[in-house]
Amino acid sequence: MSATRVRIRFSKHGKVRFTSHRDVARIWERALRRARVGVAYSAGFSPRPKIAFGLALSTGFSSDAEYLDVDLDPDRAAGIDTETLVAALTASLPAGMTAMAAAWLAPGEPSLQHAVTSCTWRIDAAGADALEASDSLERALARGELLVQRERKGRLDTDDIRPAVLAAEVQGNITDGVRLIAELGTKPRAVRPPELLASLDPPLGLLRAHRLHQWIATDGLQRREPLAVAELSVAGAGLAP
Amino acid sequence: MTSLWHLLEPLLPQVSKPARYIGGEHGMQTPEHGPGIVSWLLTYPDTYEIGLPNQGLQILYEILNERPDAAAERAYAPWVDLEAQMRAEGLPLFSLDTHRPAALFDVIAFNLSAELTYTNVLNCIDLAGVPVHSESRHDADPLIGAGGHCTYNPEPLADFVDFVVLGDGEEAVGDITDVLHDWKTSGRPGGRRGILRALARVPGVYVPSQYRPVYDRGNLAAVEPLHPDVPAVVEKRTVADLAAWPYPKSQLVPLTEVVHDRLNVEVFRGCTRGCRFCQAGMITRPVRERPAEQVRTMVSEGLRRTGYDEVALTSLSTADFSGIEQVVASTVDESGCGQVSVSLPSLRVDAFTVGIAAQIQRARRTGLTFAPEAGTWRMRQVINKLITADDLYSAVESAYSQGWRRMKLYFLTGLPTETDDDTLGIAELARNCVALGRSHVRSPSVTVSVGGFVPKPFTPFQWFGQNTTAELRRKIGLLRGDLRRSRGVQLKWHDPAASMAEGLASRGDRRLGPVIEHVWRHGGTFQEWSEHFDERRWRTAADACDIDIDASVYRHRTIEEVLPWDHLSAGLHKDFLWQDWRDALDEVGLEDCRWTPCYDCGACTGYGIEHVVASAVPPAGGSQGTGMDTSRGGAVPVRLTERGLVGAAP
Repeated sequence: MSATRVRIRFSKHGKVRFTSHRDVARIWERALRRARVGVAYSAGFSPRPKIAFGLALSTGFSSDAEYLDVDLDPDRAAGIDTETLVAALTASLPAGMTAMAAAWLAPGEPSLQHAVTSCTWRIDAAGADALEASDSLERALARGELLVQRERKGRLDTDDIRPAVLAAEVQGNITDGVRLIAELGTKPRAVRPPELLASLDPPLGLLRAHRLHQWIATDGLQRREPLAVAELSVAGAGLAP
Repeated sequence: MTSLWHLLEPLLPQVSKPARYIGGEHGMQTPEHGPGIVSWLLTYPDTYEIGLPNQGLQILYEILNERPDAAAERAYAPWVDLEAQMRAEGLPLFSLDTHRPAALFDVIAFNLSAELTYTNVLNCIDLAGVPVHSESRHDADPLIGAGGHCTYNPEPLADFVDFVVLGDGEEAVGDITDVLHDWKTSGRPGGRRGILRALARVPGVYVPSQYRPVYDRGNLAAVEPLHPDVPAVVEKRTVADLAAWPYPKSQLVPLTEVVHDRLNVEVFRGCTRGCRFCQAGMITRPVRERPAEQVRTMVSEGLRRTGYDEVALTSLSTADFSGIEQVVASTVDESGCGQVSVSLPSLRVDAFTVGIAAQIQRARRTGLTFAPEAGTWRMRQVINKLITADDLYSAVESAYSQGWRRMKLYFLTGLPTETDDDTLGIAELARNCVALGRSHVRSPSVTVSVGGFVPKPFTPFQWFGQNTTAELRRKIGLLRGDLRRSRGVQLKWHDPAASMAEGLASRGDRRLGPVIEHVWRHGGTFQEWSEHFDERRWRTAADACDIDIDASVYRHRTIEEVLPWDHLSAGLHKDFLWQDWRDALDEVGLEDCRWTPCYDCGACTGYGIEHVVASAVPPAGGSQGTGMDTSRGGAVPVRLTERGLVGAAP
C-alpha cells in the first residue's frame, strides 16, 4: 500500500504568531479544505480530520520549524505531488504562515509528539548586554542543576532544567537587548525559552522567541530534523549536536 | 506611516487572547485610502469574539469595499486589559485590517445590536481620540454613525452620534457614501454642519442634531426638525429584494475562536409570526426570502471559499423558509462526504422541524433548543406565540426518540398580564418534557433559561411597564422553589438588574444620555458581561442625572403619550401596534400575514413593497402558530382578530 500520511513543515511569523496552538489547528483544518486537499476523517459519531500536530508553540513565539502530519483520504491521495501541495497550502494559509516542505511518511513512522527530542531557539532577551549575558550563562551552565519554579495544577513545583539545556550561547547584542541561541530538550517535558532566562542569575526578560529547528535524536550523537529544509540549515550552525 | 502595529505589538504578549487584535482573517481586505475615498471604520462595540461574526457588519464591509470611492475597515472594543495598556501608552483605537488609527477615518460607524453596549460606544469614541459629544467635534473629526436594531430608539445616544441609519443598510451606505464623496471632493461646503444637514436629507438617515426635543411639564412633547428641509419623520430603509444582495460573498474566517464560528447564509429577512415581544420581527417586515437557488449557490461557494465545515441557514425562523426540506437536503448532498454539518439556529417548536434537524445534524447530536417563551397557553396567546403544549411535547418527544439527550427551553418572565400560574407553567412544561424523555433515554435533561422581559420600541408591548427587578427576582424565586425537587431540570436565569438597565436604555429619551455617560465615566464598560455589570453604577448615575427609574422603566405608557421614537418609523402604523396591544390584553391571537390576508400593519403598504415568499401556503407540521392542530385537522382553539378592527378606536 502506498503512503497516505504526509508531513508538512511550516513557518509562523509576524502578526499571526499571536494565534494559539488551538487556533493554528483550526487554521490548518480550514486551509486544507480551502486547498481542496482530501483529508481522511476518523470514523464514529463525530468524525474529525486526521491531523496530528507536534510540540505546541507558545502564543507570541515565531518559528521556522512547525510540523503537522496529515492523513489523506486514500481515494484522493494518489497522484498528489508534494511540491504542488506545498504551493497550494501556502496560498490557502493566512499571511505569516508558509508551508515550507512536505514529504510522504513511511508507515509506522513515530508521531511528532513522540519523536522530537529537542528544539533550537533564537531568544531575544532584555536586562543585560552580550558580555554580561555570556557571563551569567557560563556560570549557569557550569552548575550541576538549574532550578526553575513553575505552577502546575495550582501548586508550585521546582524543576531542574539543567539536563535539558543541551547547548546555549550568546550570539551578540541587538538593538533592544541580547540574542541567545539555545538547544532545549523536550523530554520528559519541553523546556521553554523563558525558563532558561529565568534560571540565570540575574534573570533576563524575554523579548522574543523564535523556533529555528526541531530535532529527532537518532542515537546519542546523531540527530535529524523531522523534515529538513536546505536553505535554513545554516541558522542553527555552530551548535553541537 | 499610518499603521499602529509597531506600537500595539509590544503590548500583545501582556494581554489575554492577543489574536483578537491582529486581523489577518481569510477574506480580510486592505483597502487604499486617499482624498477621493470615503473611509468607513465599521465598529462593533463589544469584543472581537462577539463582533466578528456579525453579518450586518460583514455585508456592509464588502459592499463598501466594492465601491471605487469607498474603503471600509473594522474595529472591535478592546478588552479591559488591552484598553488599560492603550491608555497608558497613548495608543488610540485602531482598525484590525491595516491597524490604522480610528480618527483617520471619515466615518466611525457602530453596529448597535444591544442597549448594554452603549457605554462601550462612548468608550470606543473616546479611545479613538474623538470628543464623545457630537457638539464638541471639529471639522477634522470623523463622523460618528450607527446602525442596527437599537437605532429604532437612538435618543439615548443622540448627544454622542452624528447620524444613525434606520433599517437595512445595503443601499443606505451607498447613498451616504455618495453624499460624503461629493462633500469631500467639493471643498467640504459648510464644514461639519454642512455635511450633517446634507445627511439628514438622505432617506433612512436620522441626524439627531437637526432635531430638538420639546418637553411639557417634564414630559416629552415632541422631537421637532430644526429646518424645513429635514424630514419630520424618518422612515426606515428596506431592501425589497434580497436576491439583489448576495452578501457576504467571502465571509471572514477568523484566525481565533469566535461565537457562531461557521458559514452563515441568510435565507430570509423579516418575520411575520407576530410575536408581540419581538422587536426584530416587527421592525424587519416584510418577509423577503432569498431564492432557493441562490441559497444553494451561496452555501456551496461559501464553503469552498472559507473552508468551513458547518453552515447555518439564518433568519428569524428558518423552518418557515419555503421548501426548507429541499434546500436542506441539497445542501447536505452537495457538500459531499457527509462532513459538512448544517445548523438551523432558530428552530420552530414542532416535530416537523425536529425532523429537519435530524436530517442535517447527523453528527454531534447533543442538544436542541426551543423557545416556547411562556409557560401557559393563555400567556402564549397574550404574546402571540401560538404554539400549543402538544407542539412542544411532540417536538421534544421526537427529539429524544431520535437520539438527542439534552433540550434547552427559552422562556421570558415579566410578560404583560403574567400571573404566578403562568410563571409556574414554565416549570410544569419542563417537568413534562423530562418525563417524555424518560421513555427514550436514561437521564434526560432539560435546561430552562429564563430572561426578564424588556419592552422594546415599535412593538405592541412598547406601552407596557416592565416588571421591577424585585418582581423578576420573586418570579425566578418561585421557579427555583418549584423546580428544586425536579430531577433533570436545570434552571438558568439572566440577572434581573441587567434587565432594568436594558429597559432604561431601550425606551429612554435624550435625557438618558447623561446617565449613559455617567456610567461610562465611572468605569461601566462591557455591561453585557455579568462580571462587569454593577446595578449600583446605574442607580447612582440615574440619581445623579435626576432620572426616575420607576417612571422610566416600570411605568405603563398611555396612548396619548409621545414616545421618544415617534419621529421615526419602521413602517408600522401606531394604531396597528396599539390595536395589537389591546388584543394582547384580551388574549386574542393574530395569524401570520405571509399566508393569510393583509391586516395592514403598514410595513408593506407604506413602502409599496410586498412579501417575497416562494410558497403561498405554510410549511407542514405542528399547529403553525395558529394553535390549530394541522396534523389532525382539529378546531382552532384560539380567537383570531377580525381584520376590520385595525385602526378602530381602542
